[in-house]
Amino acid sequence: MSAPLTDVPLTGAPLADGPPVLDIRGLKVGFDGPDGPVPAVRGVDLTLRRGEVLGLVGESGSGKSTVALATMGLLPRTARVHGSVRVAGTELLGLGDRALSGIRGRRIAMVFQDPLSALTPVHRVGDQIAEAVRAHQDVSRDRARRRAVELLDLVGIPEPARRADAYPHEFSGGMRQRAVIAMAVANDPDVLLADEPTTALDVTVQAQILDVLRTARRETGAALLLVSHDLGVIAGMADRVAVMYAGKVVESAPAAELFAAPRMPYTIGLLGAVPRPDAADRPLTPIPGSPPELHLLPQGCAFAPRCPLAADACATTEPALTGAGDHLAACLEPPAADPAALYPVPEHTPAREVVPRGELPSVLRVRGLARTFPVRKGGAFRRRAGSVYAVDGVDLDIRRGETLGLVGESGSGKSTTLMEILRLAAPEAGEVELLGRSTSELTKRQAHALRGSVQIVFQDPMASLDPRMPVGDIVAEPLRAQGASRATVARRTPELLRLVGLEAAHAGRFPHEFSGGQRQRVGIARALAVEPELLVLDEPVSALDVSVQAGVLNLLRRLKEELGLAYLFVSHDLAVVRHIADRVSVMYLGRTVESGPVEEVFARPRHPYTRALLSAVPVPDPARERHRERILLAGDPPSPVLREPGCRFRGRCPVYAGLAADERARCERERPKDRAFGPERTAACHFAERVSAPTPTAATP
Amino acid sequence: MTTTATPPAAGPEHTPERHASPERAAPPGRARVALRRFAGSPNAVVGAAVLLLLFLLAFAGPYLTPWNHTDIDYTALREGPSADHWWGTTRIGQDVYAQVLHGLRKSLLIGLLVALFATVLASVVGACAGYFGGWTDRLVTFFIDLLLVFPAFLIIAIVSPRLRDTGWLAFVGLLAVFGWMITARVVRSMTRSLKERDFVRAAELMGVHPLRIVFRHILPNVSSFLIVDATIAVGGAVMSETGLSYFGFGVQPPDVSLGTLIADGSDAALTYPWMFFFAAGLLVLFVLAVNFLGDGLRDALDPTSDRTPAQKRRRARRKGTRP
Amino acid sequence: MKKPVRFIQRIASPTVLAYLTKRLGYYAVLLAVAVFVSYVLSSLALSPRGYFEGRQPPPPAESVEAQLTALGINDHTPLLERFTTWLSHAVRGDLGRTIDSGSVGEEFGRRIGVSLRLLLAGTVLGTAAGILAGAWGALRQYRFSDRAVTVFAFLLLSTPTFLLAVLLKVGAMKVNQSAGTELISFTGEKTPGLTGSVGTLLGDRAVHLLLPTLSIALGTAAAYSRYQRGTMLDVLGSDFLRTARAKGLTYRRAVLTHGLRTALVPMSTFFAYGFLALFTGAAFTEKIFGWHGMGSWFIDSIGKSDVNSVVAVNVFAAVMVLLSGFLADVLHAALDPRVRTS
Repeated sequence: MSAPLTDVPLTGAPLADGPPVLDIRGLKVGFDGPDGPVPAVRGVDLTLRRGEVLGLVGESGSGKSTVALATMGLLPRTARVHGSVRVAGTELLGLGDRALSGIRGRRIAMVFQDPLSALTPVHRVGDQIAEAVRAHQDVSRDRARRRAVELLDLVGIPEPARRADAYPHEFSGGMRQRAVIAMAVANDPDVLLADEPTTALDVTVQAQILDVLRTARRETGAALLLVSHDLGVIAGMADRVAVMYAGKVVESAPAAELFAAPRMPYTIGLLGAVPRPDAADRPLTPIPGSPPELHLLPQGCAFAPRCPLAADACATTEPALTGAGDHLAACLEPPAADPAALYPVPEHTPAREVVPRGELPSVLRVRGLARTFPVRKGGAFRRRAGSVYAVDGVDLDIRRGETLGLVGESGSGKSTTLMEILRLAAPEAGEVELLGRSTSELTKRQAHALRGSVQIVFQDPMASLDPRMPVGDIVAEPLRAQGASRATVARRTPELLRLVGLEAAHAGRFPHEFSGGQRQRVGIARALAVEPELLVLDEPVSALDVSVQAGVLNLLRRLKEELGLAYLFVSHDLAVVRHIADRVSVMYLGRTVESGPVEEVFARPRHPYTRALLSAVPVPDPARERHRERILLAGDPPSPVLREPGCRFRGRCPVYAGLAADERARCERERPKDRAFGPERTAACHFAERVSAPTPTAATP
Repeated sequence: MTTTATPPAAGPEHTPERHASPERAAPPGRARVALRRFAGSPNAVVGAAVLLLLFLLAFAGPYLTPWNHTDIDYTALREGPSADHWWGTTRIGQDVYAQVLHGLRKSLLIGLLVALFATVLASVVGACAGYFGGWTDRLVTFFIDLLLVFPAFLIIAIVSPRLRDTGWLAFVGLLAVFGWMITARVVRSMTRSLKERDFVRAAELMGVHPLRIVFRHILPNVSSFLIVDATIAVGGAVMSETGLSYFGFGVQPPDVSLGTLIADGSDAALTYPWMFFFAAGLLVLFVLAVNFLGDGLRDALDPTSDRTPAQKRRRARRKGTRP
Repeated sequence: MKKPVRFIQRIASPTVLAYLTKRLGYYAVLLAVAVFVSYVLSSLALSPRGYFEGRQPPPPAESVEAQLTALGINDHTPLLERFTTWLSHAVRGDLGRTIDSGSVGEEFGRRIGVSLRLLLAGTVLGTAAGILAGAWGALRQYRFSDRAVTVFAFLLLSTPTFLLAVLLKVGAMKVNQSAGTELISFTGEKTPGLTGSVGTLLGDRAVHLLLPTLSIALGTAAAYSRYQRGTMLDVLGSDFLRTARAKGLTYRRAVLTHGLRTALVPMSTFFAYGFLALFTGAAFTEKIFGWHGMGSWFIDSIGKSDVNSVVAVNVFAAVMVLLSGFLADVLHAALDPRVRTS
């Protein structure tokens, strides 16, 4: 079941006169660190009125989650909390566990970030929800259980009565998050806190969960404090937004105003650094530096070291949150809000000479690639129980100097596809051709030599660099593996570090001594060491904060132009893909369902899945985000263990849902083939013509 | 708007982190962090200090007394501690101080050697099984299971006294042969998860030689565990040694270890306490110090490993051989 | 109760049965190799001939020969032949005769009973106390009580079992000495020749059990308290405990209903091994307190070069190890739904 629903703004204007249901004053939180106390929250004031949605935005380490946990009184005992937290007039700080327990779950409830670990693995989901009911209401076991089933139904879990008997591990991530929300709204709380509720989820599931949160709010009338790093999510949900940096709120304003006319340089930088799915060629302007370490905070404004406007006074005086009306900013000299003018824009891309694509030499060609894995079931009684069709028909085509974005949700087989390509061995089925040579014909020696031509950059820079090796050795490792001489290694290592914007003197340091963005630069330097022609980038920026991510994306753009590299850029983030890729290829359950030039695919998707995926990506612009048409896909992707005939997407397909019976039969019987839609453009759908074009995303403020 | 500051000069490519990095003091190195965490744990520091003293005592202590552990003083039978015999004498006039120190040295040596052999064996075999998988793994797993099925204590008890002629080194070998399997299993499973880690995958995709990956990437990354495990294994080996020696299955006379000394002295514990309590006290003190040190090292080397499965399994094994 | 029924149904499904068959096959191979090696090692290392020849007065050579042959342990018979003969009897349930011509099978029954009586109370008490102490210590992490429990546990873990038993014995002797009468008896299962009412006899047995039980319980409790503290700390930092508190459960209740239950799952392995260790006995404790259970049987058989008994105990211990592994898996599946369902 999926119906396009146009979203109305949640509330016209916040009920500014109502009494605050949540009132946080001067909240300070400190933890004990190895070098003395670390301030995590340094004086935060927030108010939340009935029915209002307050978005709390910030990068990792800004203290936004700590604010939420401190409000609930759920910080570890070692945390030192000062200030005042009032829920509907009742002061929570200083209350004992018993008194707090009477308020938690009844007046104020919380939804957590990681749904996979938020439920007790050994108790049934229904019992855990019923427990929440019985914690505050004197009802019988049966009554609580019936209520649990009702709640599961409310949050959109199909067959709630049966599902209530399931254990958490039998639920998908999205369903678990629904269950957590059901638990949170069980006692009609006044305030709902949601701490990055969709960060761990895929974008189509994120859209579902945000929808459930809206429903939950409508049903309970609760005020919502939505904590997120994702400006798009905030833009779509929040009435007011507070931006946090280094433990303080640095700007707070009504959502529309904050996005349209930010005042604090940090907010401006953040908005300029985030790629948008609706605007391709806007250059990204990274914020220099990285967020400060909280135990080494400078005197004065915490943002001053990264701020392009920093004046002498900024280094000595920490600005207070001030301003007229409800738009407050903590800046001594608020600038005009034009990111492009404030932050230096990276040098313009020199226009490449236009060579028809067909004439460019092929770097990578993949046809009908397939890969299955045995499934073993159970922990104690492990046994083979079928096969996962992880990759089941993937086609890719990359020419010299081109970036292909490979898009798909988790479980779609993106990573497996990469590993199959990089194995440089005969695939299980299909064909992989690298630089015109089929991998199934390579000898061991040839494969080893070819390894120099294709290199990979991984998602998590911390995990992909050996923590026990200095970065100089890390960067040199591929050179050594290719048998480079000692002199070459000594010459290339500093060269490479400089190429990615690090200093040659950093070669002796270990990975943990670098920030996330710098580590990813090390990863890129290592990949470039042997001068490859194709760089495989596996979610290279998804572990990075927005302000740092922009710098890495710009680096990748520059390297591509300077070195004539081709990229296979894997990402679940469509905005990033739109920004960096020339062509895009969309995967669903191990198959390529659509491919083509990035502008065309984004402007007029031909496959219903692409269409839904694009509509699920939130746009960091409240005006557009709220008037945009959305397609909510029902449910989760089916298990890749089942390999039914016909189209694998039909269970969730809005087009299929609207087909006549005889047309449906075709989707059920016949696996859709790639159909050409113009040059270099394919989609695998029998009824691609019926996929509606997205509404124009022209701004309508 | 009055802008007094100029934006930072933008290079050809504006490199964000470059601006911040020189200002940031280099974070303390791994070793220093570990050292500081180690120093922060009183148990660990006390454990290390006690161990140091015990080693000093065992290797330098015997030179402080004229008595040898085999000497017999017929003028002093069953005498309590005195200026002549610091810790008293046995029923046949042997100097308890000299004997206990000799026994301590033997027990320490056995413990250290067993832990060393077992850890080296376990790390190489476990890492290779985990990394190469397939038949190597199946063979190693079978062999480990087989050795685990053998009741180690029983086998050693049968075989050890028959190896009397080869001396205590054979006994060390036996203890090591039955002491590496659990560690190897842990190393194997750690290797399997390391193998999935991106940095190992990266090395594979670069074409780095498999053995080089094992020695350059895998083993350094399990070294924290190995150090802690080896430390605690010393304690375990000494407990096994003394237990077996107590029943006459370990160190054979005329050689002595803490185990044989405790066996000899236990009947006299009430009447001539010095024959028993010096040996018993040193044994407990030694194992306690090793355990504290191991615990402190674990916290220092890896803050998350306070409750690794490895520790549980190791302890399980110690308990499993509760004879 | 539908829960166990469902569990059994799952266990009995064809795929699980196929899996079980494979697993049992693996166990059988392991066991076969273990049996063979045990027999060969024992036969080569022990010298029953020497045992008979060393008797006073020395028996005539032909009688020694006849005796050895009758027991199937004559070293003049080729080793492989001895083994096959032993095996052909063993598979029919006849484990042969002890060196004193008793039945190994009967001896087994007697010895297992003794070991069970010796270990049951100590193991149960120690397990329970250890789990409570560990969970309590985790809840009070780094406070004085936690540190005290930790130091005490480490002290006990650093004291080898034999030493702990000897120390307890010495302590009891001291008590008896100062009391002037034998308050605490610690040798054997009961006072020989004691008569009286059932109550008197039971009381006598209880007094005899005191020290061995204490020695076993202390060691067991120390070990369990460490594992339980670890698993409990893992759980205390978990997200789901936070969720449980977020819905309004007090810390105490959240820990009891969500924490403890989950923290027990990884303990299943220890429960399994601990339970089956009841049957293999405790050699040191038995020897020191003069109980004639499995453990002392083994040590005594080595002393007497009793090949058949030694092999039997070895094989029995191997079977118990394999069974423990299996039991651990079953327990784990029973405690953890994630393992149970596919």
